[in-house]
Amino acid sequence: MAQYETVIGLEVHVELKTNTKIFCPSGTGFGGDPNTHVCPVCLGLPGVLPVLNKKVLEYAIKVGLALNCGIAEFSKFDRKNYYYPDLPKNYQISQYDLPIAEHGHLDISVGENEKRVGITRVHMEEDAGKLVHQGNISSTPFSLVDYNRTGVPLVEIVSEPDMRTPEEARAYLEKMKAIIQYTGVSDCKMEEGSLRCDANISIRPVGSDKLGVKTEIKNMNSFKALQRALHYEIERQTEVLEEGGRIVQETRSWDEAKGITMSMRSKEQAHDYRYFPDPDLVPMVIDRQWVDSIKESLPELPDQRKARYISDYGLPEYDAAVITSTKELADYFEDCLKGYSNAKAVGNWVMGDLSRLLNAGGMDITQCRIRPAQLAEMLRLMDQGTISGKIAKAVFEDMFQTGHDPEEIVKEKGLVQISDQGEIAAVVDEVLAANPKVVDDFRAGKDKALGFLVGQVMKVTRGKANPDMVNKMLKERIK
Amino acid sequence: MDLFYMTAHELHAKLAAGEISARELCRAFLDRIVSVEDRLKAFITVTEEMALKQADEVDKRIAAGEELPPLAGIPIALKDNMCVEGIRTTCASKILFNFVPPYSATVVEKIKSAGMVIIGKTNMDEFAMGSSTENSGFQPTSNPWDTERVPGGSSGGSAVSVAAGETVLALGSDTGGSIRQPASLCGVVGMKPTYGAVSRYGLVAFASSLDQIGPFARDVDDCAQLLNIITGHDPLDSTSAPGEKTDYTAFLNSDIKGLKVGVPREYMGEGIDPGVRAVIEKALQVLSSLGADIEEATLPHSRYAIPVYYLIATAEASSNLARYDGVKYGLRDEEAQDIVDMYMKSRSRGFGTEVKRRIMLGTYALSAGYYDAYYLKALKARTLIKQDFDRAFDRFDVLVCPTSPGTAFRKGEKTDDPLQMYLSDITTISVNLAGIPGISVPAGFSGGLPVGMQIMGRPFAEGNLIRVAHAFEGSAGHRGKFPSLI
Repeated sequence: MAQYETVIGLEVHVELKTNTKIFCPSGTGFGGDPNTHVCPVCLGLPGVLPVLNKKVLEYAIKVGLALNCGIAEFSKFDRKNYYYPDLPKNYQISQYDLPIAEHGHLDISVGENEKRVGITRVHMEEDAGKLVHQGNISSTPFSLVDYNRTGVPLVEIVSEPDMRTPEEARAYLEKMKAIIQYTGVSDCKMEEGSLRCDANISIRPVGSDKLGVKTEIKNMNSFKALQRALHYEIERQTEVLEEGGRIVQETRSWDEAKGITMSMRSKEQAHDYRYFPDPDLVPMVIDRQWVDSIKESLPELPDQRKARYISDYGLPEYDAAVITSTKELADYFEDCLKGYSNAKAVGNWVMGDLSRLLNAGGMDITQCRIRPAQLAEMLRLMDQGTISGKIAKAVFEDMFQTGHDPEEIVKEKGLVQISDQGEIAAVVDEVLAANPKVVDDFRAGKDKALGFLVGQVMKVTRGKANPDMVNKMLKERIK
Repeated sequence: MDLFYMTAHELHAKLAAGEISARELCRAFLDRIVSVEDRLKAFITVTEEMALKQADEVDKRIAAGEELPPLAGIPIALKDNMCVEGIRTTCASKILFNFVPPYSATVVEKIKSAGMVIIGKTNMDEFAMGSSTENSGFQPTSNPWDTERVPGGSSGGSAVSVAAGETVLALGSDTGGSIRQPASLCGVVGMKPTYGAVSRYGLVAFASSLDQIGPFARDVDDCAQLLNIITGHDPLDSTSAPGEKTDYTAFLNSDIKGLKVGVPREYMGEGIDPGVRAVIEKALQVLSSLGADIEEATLPHSRYAIPVYYLIATAEASSNLARYDGVKYGLRDEEAQDIVDMYMKSRSRGFGTEVKRRIMLGTYALSAGYYDAYYLKALKARTLIKQDFDRAFDRFDVLVCPTSPGTAFRKGEKTDDPLQMYLSDITTISVNLAGIPGISVPAGFSGGLPVGMQIMGRPFAEGNLIRVAHAFEGSAGHRGKFPSLI
């Protein structure tokens, strides 16, 4: 069996979070009753004309800069002609040969390996509407169309065919999402369709520098789906070649439920889009000073933030990478630091208990009920000795479930740490008297015996005894 | 003289003096439409109710003692490719037979706020594709000077409505001569302004890079007045020119001594009807007698204008007309089995022959493998044509030629020969390709039919065209003749 190498390139569509659509004043909000966020322009009524929303251009430039692209000095819009009912003009205003940004890159890491993936181009275009069916799509006698999404601004980001594994593709898409979220131009919610991804994938014998015939995979609605679909496609293509067959250049759709890709249309059935410059829009001459000012306004991006966490806070590289992987999590982390300056401690909690609880609940940080100020407060209670580390874990779980303030929980449940010398001494004496054999073991050099005694004291005090004091006192008395 | 052959400035004086009310004026034109329309078929929709309501509002303003703006209360007809909220807008196409726009074109908003009275929507070649108004999906329009003849096109209905006294003013659109050629054939003034001078928002697109709205009027004075209202920057049209508004009436009544007039030899030679040439030569003598210097000019790439036009205009049209698919509005074939069937049947039934021809031409020109040879090459040739004009305007203030190579032709004469029909725009098409302004002004008659003279100028030099046309009009001595409709 021949050894094959996989070649993957991604086309990512990102909805830009502008207030109004790309070429008209209609709103862009997600949801809403069908055909309520529309006007004559986005409905493509006879006689209407598009006028570019300058914010879209600014955001597209921002994306280009964040992806290390060169920004065009001269750019224009073109019409992509094809018939589909969700496209009211039966052409999409897009960019063909003079996109707003080109020749960028994005760095990913998979395991220990770091890799630079080339960005071919970033271009602006309008989104299409949505077809809606009542009942079963194959038996319903008609389709309905909702034009709310029509004209919502998009950028399409095309990568070079630089990825070699589904894992790299996933890392690329995750990194893309993080970078764009950091720039603030999009929510990048895959489940709402504000981040969408198509993949071009081919395989070739290892050592060959000629690209194999590629297929384009669509309809992957999560990171996991992307990874699964690509693994499936590698297997499928390998099998075809192993059986002496040939890969057909075609567009395939990922079926999440069945876990397979299925042919949508072949190259022969591909559209001739008949691109030509849109005569309703004037070409754009991009002012360099404006680009410079957008560049200056770019926020700190994931890689920069990660580097800062390592150098300024001393976080381990892995922790810094995880915390900066989404803007929300990194912002959460920094908000905690406003109330509690020990970044390592905050990092441990975020990486540890917080991540564990979020994962267990299938949640992300935006759904977390613990506010950063509350986590900071809890850490201060620990420092002050009001609660022990062990108690803190319980308090934290309670906070996670209820969203209540830590002080409130501590008071309500009587979890204040016992640091009173006399109170602890009484319990210690009681435990020593009840466990003479264990005391002998400790004296005989069995260090583990001390742990048992500490545990007994904690049991009696329901975990509230100050562990340092208990340790110290036990050792003193046994000597 | 009959009310319905008076100019807007004459009628304005009567309205302002209280000799007639806006409602009476409106009524008189509505009655005139009733009496001549069965012979002319200039209108697709007469908007009687709206017109009377607008006239009443003007009367209220007069009664309140307000100073009357120049064109307030004056009836105007609109080519049926300009959207008026709540009024059927068809482009003379079956595919839009029932389309009622929920918004108004910018020019419509402008004429409304000027107090003008919209009297109806006029007939045209379907989607403005044609030069005779015979391509209307509903009815052919007749030339009031000889009802056996065409009025020209595509804005034939607008030209006829002004020429036959069915309205005082009208708006048309001009993509390759669609205002100037029918103005010439019907004996009225018609102007295509500079590309970008008038907003296209709400004008149903034929060829976006060439389309321009412009006025039809009985005289140059009225034309200047209407131009004042419809021009100006519009933020809803990205191709609309920025800048201050011009008062075009300031160019009336000024002399043309020393004006340098070029006569492109390409537009006076072969293919120009001798009778038409004679009228234009006489007109040039008039200009000369007014102090203009007349010299021969040249536009060497003129011979490419028609092929270039029929590549660019059809390419843009093939895309612009894609939206008429039966999904959202207009004609839908209800028998269709699926979406592709619905597209094909709705479009096959909804579009006429000429529109289909141009959609196919344009689709071909943009297709993979042909784009460079056709569309891209046409764009390059368009640049050369524009450079011809730039060079000519280095030497001349204006260029003058016949608006159309012939007078109004008989109905049916060219319908079987599209190329012959296309050639009737040979002297007007370059003006659209170059984006410059052109005006057709009545210059006389040949065989009892009107002949128009086209005056072309530099971009945004409409004022200069008004100046020359007005001076000529005042000295030409052929005015006061009207079609002999009973």
